[in-house]
Amino acid sequence: MATQTQRRISTHESRNVTLLLISVALIYLLLFLGLPLFAVFYEAFSKGWGLYWAALQEPDAWSAIELTLLTAAIAVPANLVFGVAAAWAIAKFEFRGKSLLITLIDLPFAVSPVVSGLVFVLLFGAQGWLGQWLQAHDIKLIFAVPGIVLATVFVTFPFIARELIPLMQAQGKEEEEAAVSLGASGWQAFWRVTLPNIKWGLLYGVILCNARAMGEFGAVSVVSGHIRGMTNTMPLHVEILYNEYNFVAAFAVASLLALLALVTLVIKSLVEWQSRRLGYAMKPLTQPTKSGA
Amino acid sequence: MSQFRAHSMLPGFNLALGFTLLYLSLIVLIPLSSLFLKAATLGWGGFWEVATGERVLASLRVTFVTSFAAAVLNAFFGLVVAWVLVRYSFPGKRIVDALVDLPFALPTAVAGITLAMLYAPNGWLGHYFAAHDIKIAYTPLGIVVALTFIGLPFVVRTVQPVLADVEADVEEAAASLGAGRWDVFRRVIFPALYPALLTGFALAFARAIGEYGSVIFIAGNMPYISEIAPLLIVAKLEQYDYAGATAIAVVMLLISFALLLSINGLQWWSSRRGVR
Repeated sequence: MATQTQRRISTHESRNVTLLLISVALIYLLLFLGLPLFAVFYEAFSKGWGLYWAALQEPDAWSAIELTLLTAAIAVPANLVFGVAAAWAIAKFEFRGKSLLITLIDLPFAVSPVVSGLVFVLLFGAQGWLGQWLQAHDIKLIFAVPGIVLATVFVTFPFIARELIPLMQAQGKEEEEAAVSLGASGWQAFWRVTLPNIKWGLLYGVILCNARAMGEFGAVSVVSGHIRGMTNTMPLHVEILYNEYNFVAAFAVASLLALLALVTLVIKSLVEWQSRRLGYAMKPLTQPTKSGA
Repeated sequence: MSQFRAHSMLPGFNLALGFTLLYLSLIVLIPLSSLFLKAATLGWGGFWEVATGERVLASLRVTFVTSFAAAVLNAFFGLVVAWVLVRYSFPGKRIVDALVDLPFALPTAVAGITLAMLYAPNGWLGHYFAAHDIKIAYTPLGIVVALTFIGLPFVVRTVQPVLADVEADVEEAAASLGAGRWDVFRRVIFPALYPALLTGFALAFARAIGEYGSVIFIAGNMPYISEIAPLLIVAKLEQYDYAGATAIAVVMLLISFALLLSINGLQWWSSRRGVR
């Protein structure tokens, strides 16, 4: 029938347009995502496996890897405990100032990484507000490991909370109330009822928080002091090697971070797939939290 | 019961909120307020003098122009990518969809050195441009490339769900009334997407303004030409010019807050249109 062909033509693009759009999208993604990802590994192995392994076995590279792991091992659990506490208070209770609190939790996302580092220099640096006192007590926070951890905690602060708040709000509090009215304590209700319900959201927040904690550059760069073997995280070590024109070593360390990114994307996709099956869409990182929820 | 909160039978409110507020204050609010306290010691005149210095204004201009250009690129191509991912099916689509979030997962320093290598005059992509006397790395164009990478997911991820929600019957109705495909897109689909597109644009723009790690490797960092504002903060810090660094940081923070407010406004607008 003539009308039917007419309709098919008008609600779908022609084959040529479809192919054109797919090509444009794929070329754009290939140029900006695929090629850089491939190039990291290509450059890392460009002089063979031997040099690749040698670059990773260097003592400075090792200490950078250790410091990165240590930083993430402190920042992620700290923000996890905070995220759960904040989500419990915000999702299970009604109180005044709630939307302001939600906005404040998102605040670190609006701050440039460099500024995130700067605020800790202003607080704890030699000329900072507490600098004199810290010096008198022989405590070094800036250009030392504690400053790196603090800056990382600041930068990754919202990650887990902003995942858990909408999830726990969507789940409501009826199940916990039922548990408590049947005689469970608050902790029992949390461990047996809440935690199984939020485990996917928790995992989602944790892996994204971890990726940022291990990969943060700007904030950490400002507070680190760049002391080789002492206060260099992996991203900072990449910078040093690159600026020394030691490209194979720079890309070798970078390839570990790229691998971390790939693992993060895989787990993230699996969790999204799992949670969609359960009927809940994870909150994408790109979206600011709606405070008027 | 106090007026502060409604009654609930669940325990743990005081502990959870108390810890939340303590942690928020220690990690975020007190450190951030140190920035404004430091700026206050400059006095209004001192602050103004630093903030309107020639090199500072130049770096802010570079930051704004390159961030805007990158956000425009992402608005256009992000819309195409979102369209393709929602409307068409092709082999490997799920992998492509997952890869869109790469700029969030890949550390910025890694992106920076890789893009610098690719777009250097002798790089894989750079040498094609060099043959036509176009330099990308170590010029403002390089900054645009890095910021486009960083901002890529924002428009795609903001537009995708809205596009998926556009009702097919509205399109069919328009088509059956004689509208061509381009007219349907222009008059029916695009108006529905417009707020989300603008939100994605603003999010990509806001992210680009503060970006540091991916830019410094590819920018060349020439004062007045390819020096971004976050880099100037670092430069001032390295000269122990805390006051100068603080003044620029406050300007950037105020810009971020203004953008955040307008993004919230955009979202409110777009959700209201969604209801209609």
